[in-house]
Amino acid sequence: MSKELIRLHDVCMAYDDELVLDNINLYINDSEFLTLLGPSGCGKTTTLRIIGGFTTPSSGDVTFDGERINDVPPHKRQINTVFQKYALFPHLDVFENIAFGLRIAKVGEKEIEERVNEMLEVVSLKGFGKRKVDQLSGGQQQRVAIARALVNRPKVLLLDEPLGALDLRLRKDMQNELKRIQQQMGITFIYVTHDQEEALTMSDTVVVMDKGRIQQIGSPEDIYNEPKNAFVADFIGESNILDGIMHTDFVVEIFNRKFRCLDKGFAPMEPVDVVIRPEDIEIMAPEKGRLQGTVTSVTFKGVHYDTIVDFKGYKWLIQTTDYHEVGSVIGIILNPDDIHIMKKSEYSGMFGDYSSYSAEYDEINDPDFDADEAEEDADDED
Amino acid sequence: MMQKNNTFARIFNILVYVFLYLPIVVLIIFSFNDSKSRTVWSGFSLHWYQELLQDEEILAAFSTTITVSVIAAVVATVLGTAAAIGFHNMKRRPRNLFLTINNIPMTNADIITGVSLMLLFVAAGNILGFSLGFGTLLVAHITFNVPYVVLAVMPKLRQLNPNLGEAAMDLGATPWQAFWKVLMPELRPGILNGMLIAFTMSIDDFVISYFTAGSEVSTLAMQIYAMTRKRISPEVNALSTILFVVVLTLLVIVNVRQVRQEQLNEKRARALRKGGNG
Repeated sequence: MSKELIRLHDVCMAYDDELVLDNINLYINDSEFLTLLGPSGCGKTTTLRIIGGFTTPSSGDVTFDGERINDVPPHKRQINTVFQKYALFPHLDVFENIAFGLRIAKVGEKEIEERVNEMLEVVSLKGFGKRKVDQLSGGQQQRVAIARALVNRPKVLLLDEPLGALDLRLRKDMQNELKRIQQQMGITFIYVTHDQEEALTMSDTVVVMDKGRIQQIGSPEDIYNEPKNAFVADFIGESNILDGIMHTDFVVEIFNRKFRCLDKGFAPMEPVDVVIRPEDIEIMAPEKGRLQGTVTSVTFKGVHYDTIVDFKGYKWLIQTTDYHEVGSVIGIILNPDDIHIMKKSEYSGMFGDYSSYSAEYDEINDPDFDADEAEEDADDED
Repeated sequence: MMQKNNTFARIFNILVYVFLYLPIVVLIIFSFNDSKSRTVWSGFSLHWYQELLQDEEILAAFSTTITVSVIAAVVATVLGTAAAIGFHNMKRRPRNLFLTINNIPMTNADIITGVSLMLLFVAAGNILGFSLGFGTLLVAHITFNVPYVVLAVMPKLRQLNPNLGEAAMDLGATPWQAFWKVLMPELRPGILNGMLIAFTMSIDDFVISYFTAGSEVSTLAMQIYAMTRKRISPEVNALSTILFVVVLTLLVIVNVRQVRQEQLNEKRARALRKGGNG
């Protein structure tokens, strides 16, 4: 139904022998909300810059509406960008910032006024036209940046971590706002973020990237429920990743026990990675469970308890609304649809073990986590 | 104890300034003296300033100074701005190298710059058939002005949001339009400052001019020097006073502008950080 608008074909990018993008193949449909998701340095921003025309790929093709646009400069593309730090023009007021593209295109004065005012309304900044950019808060500057891009009626809007500088509550509001704007305008959004929750909330399609390669493309549900490898499983949400052996279709062995599952198409006795999401595990009395373990740590998280359970020296994270005290023995059962099987990959064994779990686990392991930023965020909350 | 130290520091401070500025103050006072004496005050008069205005040589030197300073400042501003943008877009290593090379002439003794430029001009003049004069004076001034412009424009470039030019092109501007419509307004204060500093340096310069101007043309500073060697007339006081006041005013303007821009930058940074109440 929706037609293909942009395609990246075998795109590679190298800076001084360092391969930043490794054979990226990707197509983007008209009116789609597509998110490039990955840790810093995964190549997501480079991909965005290639689509925007700010970077020319070392090899491969970029097509727009079927035409090759590798060498088309940014100002000749029907694509507009919202930059990470907004890049508003400080010497112009809000109205003139938004009108910039229209003035370059020599649109008539009356139409400029109409379209800018219309955009001010779309981004809920009516009456702010005469304000100086430096009189606006970060969230308002963000909206001006979006209006400035959208007023040109681009076919595609590129957004490079646009919510990164905002505090948590504002970020949630802007997520809804962006989704609303995208649906209202009916144009394609290509969104770059390292925040998996943001990606799952807003996107039609999520592209998970790491080390310059696409790890998986799919809907948020696909990505979460059917991760292709240990990297994706770990990056999107929490997961316990275990070594398993696929006996036959629908039967997997974990901890020397066989479990029913819904996966097939593996070689007999093929070693695999098994993903079990912490919220899918059902806790029972020890004698009723298929596996027995000892609780080693409990952290209250509001909605649930993060419970770490030791199964034969291997620690799992289980999210449960019931409190099980440290030291108690529990049993668990696993239903076939709680188990997801993945082929072994270069990421096998790197993720999904909660042996060294602590409350700060995520922060320490998040490459984008910045202690200063967190402090600032904390200040903003006050 | 603390109090004592403070008093001592203050007195010391005052002494330093007295030592630095007393000669100039005396010079300025005696430029208004009615008599020729440089030691006895005999009443207020603008006599020496009137003399100045009737002295052909001084008027010629004045016009040379202004012409050289204006042209040198404008040309150096264009060259220096282009150089700064070029440096800014280099990778870190070559950029640091070029900036160091840029800074050497500013710390170098004027006399070395002056003599080396003179040697170059004389040698080149022998081959190409020109001699020291207004042309070589102008080239010398442009040469020593460029580093100051680069130094004034660089901080502005560094403060620039790196995506600003890209944002303009993204909105349909050609690279040229992006430069004039977006980068230029941001750089303008730095460029103007650079031009003012260059102009001041030109007005102020004596040593380099002395070596590169030849015998036909002279600047005001050179004229003052020549006057002190011939007959010591109080006209020198008047001329020096004018030069001092002009240079001082220009420097004050440059400094005030810089402070204002720093305040503006801080305000902008604060606005961006204040994200919570959007």
